[in-house]
This record gives sequence, structure tokens and C-alpha cells, in this order.
Amino acid sequence: MEVFFTQLTNGLAVGGIYALIALGYTMVYGVLKLINFAHGDLFTIGAYLGLSLLTSLALTDHVGAAAGIVILAVMVMGLVGVIGILLDRAAYKPLRTSPRLSAVVSALGASIVFSNTVMLVYGPNPKVYPQGILPTTVFHVFGLPVPIMRFVILGASVILMIGLYVFIQRTKIGTAIRAAAIDQDAARLMGINVDRVIMLVFFIGPALGGAAGVMVGLYYGQIKFTMGWIYGLKAFTAAILGGIGNIPGAMVGGLLLGVIESLGAAYISMAWKDAIAFFVLILILIVRPTGLLGERVAEKV
Amino acid sequence: MKPDADNIRKGVYAAVAVLWILAPLYLDKYWTDVLNNVAIYAVLGLSLNIILGYGGMFHMGHAAFFAIGAYTTAIVNTAWGVPVLWLMPFAGIAAGVFALAVARPIIHLRGDYLLIVTIGMVEIVRIALINNVFGITGGANGIFGISPPTVFGWKINGIVAPGHYFYLLTVFLGATIILFYLLEHSRFGRALKFTCSDEVAATGSGINAAGYKLAAFVIGAVWAGMTGTLYAAKIGFISPESFSFWESVIMFMIVILGGSGSIPGVLLGAILIIGLPEVFQGLQQYRLLIFGIVLVVMMIFRPQGILPPRPRKYPVDKFEKQEVSL
Repeated sequence: MEVFFTQLTNGLAVGGIYALIALGYTMVYGVLKLINFAHGDLFTIGAYLGLSLLTSLALTDHVGAAAGIVILAVMVMGLVGVIGILLDRAAYKPLRTSPRLSAVVSALGASIVFSNTVMLVYGPNPKVYPQGILPTTVFHVFGLPVPIMRFVILGASVILMIGLYVFIQRTKIGTAIRAAAIDQDAARLMGINVDRVIMLVFFIGPALGGAAGVMVGLYYGQIKFTMGWIYGLKAFTAAILGGIGNIPGAMVGGLLLGVIESLGAAYISMAWKDAIAFFVLILILIVRPTGLLGERVAEKV
Repeated sequence: MKPDADNIRKGVYAAVAVLWILAPLYLDKYWTDVLNNVAIYAVLGLSLNIILGYGGMFHMGHAAFFAIGAYTTAIVNTAWGVPVLWLMPFAGIAAGVFALAVARPIIHLRGDYLLIVTIGMVEIVRIALINNVFGITGGANGIFGISPPTVFGWKINGIVAPGHYFYLLTVFLGATIILFYLLEHSRFGRALKFTCSDEVAATGSGINAAGYKLAAFVIGAVWAGMTGTLYAAKIGFISPESFSFWESVIMFMIVILGGSGSIPGVLLGAILIIGLPEVFQGLQQYRLLIFGIVLVVMMIFRPQGILPPRPRKYPVDKFEKQEVSL
């Protein structure tokens, strides 16, 4: 029981991180029908920028741990969001009318550029996040220990997700994003500036990915320039699991995948942990390609 | 009218072929080995070209088939001492059967989805190899001591004499080019390309689209598996790291950058992607960065690749077609 509970809370924390990254995939896919392969690397950039800002500004020393981390996260989100917009301008915008394969290959190219830039700037060895920023208190829930970090990670990702959900569902700009995702031409005819919507999507998605990067740094304490790839693939799996293009789907899919993976690692095999997500991916695409919440029937899947 | 355009092209191909065959006589061991790698990736690129170029399926897990061929060879050879060249067809069949089993349920998936599933597949295969599945893959350390191939009682050692191995690979590459050329211009090749360009129209014309796509997948896999044999026998050692997702990306890029669906394009792609980085060794750490930038720029300015396939010629309007065929 204790193993189960530990793995469940761990899975939820990791799942929150997957969900945040998955949102970036799903939003871009929703509007552009493009798998942004470079998204995982934007997440890595977020983790590294977070580390740089954390050590250079020493925010947590000036304003306290909690406020410092929040300010840090906001700064990282802003920076990574801007990088996301630049990425779209440089690698995707010239290819809007091209065949899909061209955009996919361009995305792969951008991914290679990002991960190697990180490697050249920060070096190929893993970097360590400073320890002891957040207290290592262990809560006891039903008599079972849960490190506070898991609550923080899950709480932060849920807050960000709720914020995004409200933004998408309740505001005028959010409505424009949803409209552009359903039918770009119709949205344009209704006076929606689709280019602005795309720009916004390429800001929000990477910003959330950047926040996830900081969380991974804080949670695991170690970051590597290649990690974006595996996190990106898993988050993409989460997006498909929930139904690609569907924002609540990405959240549910992320949390679910985190829990499945974490329980699978504990009860099936630790060595096969990374493969579990891919089995889930293949299974879901064969059985239910629209995903769990995919009410929108994907054309000719 | 340029009636000699075809002849010029044939002349260039012949010159390249002669240069290729004579090259090891003037190169040292290191550079001959680079050419050997180019040849291996050229065959891999050509086999992927059947799936990606003619079939239009975004398959980014080709390294899995390559790995299965190489591991079949390594396991059988080290366990029972069966000569490696005899194992080539078995390696091909093993990869083909695997491809059939895997591709069957996913063949109907649309472009991007197929891409992601094939990435998942190659990762699962790699993790399975690392985890020493069935206790026969040697785990993360891989398998040592694969014997070099023997042709008519003559041992061809890829490490001691890369020049000899070069000719073995060249024979295989040459056979592959001829076979795939014939395949491209056969009924099968035309049907496959038709399916790729318009699946609905192809189905309407009585083409079993799913069947042709599946067949393309299996043919590509069989060929990658057989190449795996030659790869395993070349250095006598294989490990899961040689079959990572990155290898699949390299094969994918060879086809896309060279010219998807074009045999000369894929060959050029293999030379550029495998050979060229060796020339710029001083820039080692910037290599991938430049590679990434080239990919993005190519997709924007020349998405069809460096040497795209030439439009098919029809005898009826021979003269007009020859004008544009340049």
C-alpha cells in the first residue's frame, strides 16, 4: 500500500509536468496541425534558463523561497515564450502552405539546433540545480509520507492548467484561439487575426513548457541537454492519450500517463519504465486514435 | 531541345561509379572505412526510400529493422557459428516478419501519427535490447565476436582490410540499386507511387492501398535487416547504442535531403550526411548545429531535396518531356 501511494503521488507530480508540456503540443497541433518537435527542447531551455537565473540573480535569497521561485518561473515563462515565437517565425511560418512533411522536418531541424545550442552554451555534462531552496518537509497523508515537493509541483501545474482553461474558455482571445483551431479560414472571415492567434499559441505553449522545465529542475535536481527529447515524446503521448488538439485532454492525459508510468515502473519493471509510455502510445493509436476526450473526430486517422 | 541531356546524366553516373570503385585504391584505411559507412547508409537510405519516398509513409523507426537484422546475425553467428553471409536472408526475413507484425495494425495511420508510432517502436526495440530481452541480446554491452564474412573461402575482415569489405558492400549496394530501380519502374512501384500521391484515386482504380503500403514496409524492412548483417559483420561487435532513434533520424534525413523517391538523390544524401561531416572534423561540436540549420533552410527553400525524382516520361510527348526533364 505504501509503495502504491508513493508511486501514485510521484506519478501525479510527474504527470503534472507531462501535462504542462503536453499543452504546448496540443495547442500548436490544434491550430496548425503540426507536431512541434522542438517543443521538448524549449522545455530543456526553460530548465537551463531557470538554473542560470536562479544562480545569477539569487532571487530566493532576497525575497524568500516561495516568492523567488514564482518570480523565477514567470521570468522563464516569458523568455521561453519569446523563443517560441521566434521559432515559429524562423522555422514554421515560411512553411504554412507547404506539405506537412516539410514542416515536420523543419521542426526536427529546429529541435537539433536548440539541443545543440544548449550543449554548446552549458556543456555536455548534466547540471545540478541548487539544493535546499524549498524546504524538504515531508507531509503525512493518511499516515503515509509525501514530500512537500510533490504537492508544490502538482499544485503549480494544476493552477497553471486551470488558468489556461479559464483563459481559453472565458476570454475573447481564448475564443479566438478555439475558433482558429476549428477552422482557420472561417475564423479569418469572422475577423479573427489568425496570425496573432498563432503567435499567441507559440507564446503560451512554450511558456508552459518552460515552467515545466523549471519544475523538473527543482524536482529531480539534475538537468541534461538531451532530456527534452524523452520528455517531449512522453508529453506528446500524453497529448494523444487525452485527444490531440483537446486542451482538457492534454491535462488528463498527462496526469494519467504520469501515474501509469510510475505504477508500471514499480509493479512491472523499472528497466522498462521508458518503454511503458510508448506501449501506451501504440495501444491508444490502435484502439482509440482520437484519444480519451477526443470528441472531435480526426479526419482519416 | 537538348537531346544529349540524358547522355550527360548517364556519363556523370558512370564517372561517379568509376570514381567510387577506384577510390579505395587511393585512400587510407580510415577513409575507406568512411566509404564503407557511406555504402551501408546508402543501402539503408534506399530501403527507407521504398517506404518514405515511394510509399509516402513517414517512417522514422527504420533503425529498428536494421537492429533486428544485425542482432539476428550476431546471435546466430556467435551461438552456432553459422557463416554470416548465409545469415543475410534470415536477418532479412526476421526484420520483415517483425515489420509485418508491427506495421499491420498501424499502416492505416495518417502521416504524423505514423511518424510518432514508428518513433515509439524504435525506442521500444532499443530498450528491449538494453534490457537483454529473452537473455540473448547481451544487454547494454551488446554482442562481441561476430565472425567476418567469408567469400569462396576468403575471409573479408572489415577492420583489418576495409578495402576488401568495401568491395563486398559495393556489390551489395550495386545489386540494391539495380533491384530497386527495377522495382520503381515495375507495376508495383507505379501502384505504390500512385497510392502515395492520391490514395483515394488509387483505391478507386482498384489498387489495394493498404496491401501495397504494407508490402513496401516489409520490403524496406527486409533490406534493412540484410544490411544489418553486413554492419554486424563489419566490426564484429554490436550494441544497442548503434541503433538509437538518432540513427533513424539520420536515415530519414538521407532520404529527405537527398531527394525523396529518387535513387541518385538518396545516394547523394548518404554521401553528404555520412561522408561530409568527416571532412569537417575540426568543426565537430558545431556539426549537429549546422545540420539542424541546414534542415530548416532546406525545407524552406528546397523541400523536394537536392536531387528530386525526375518526372516520369511518356513516349507520346517525348520531345516536350525531354525539355522539362532537366
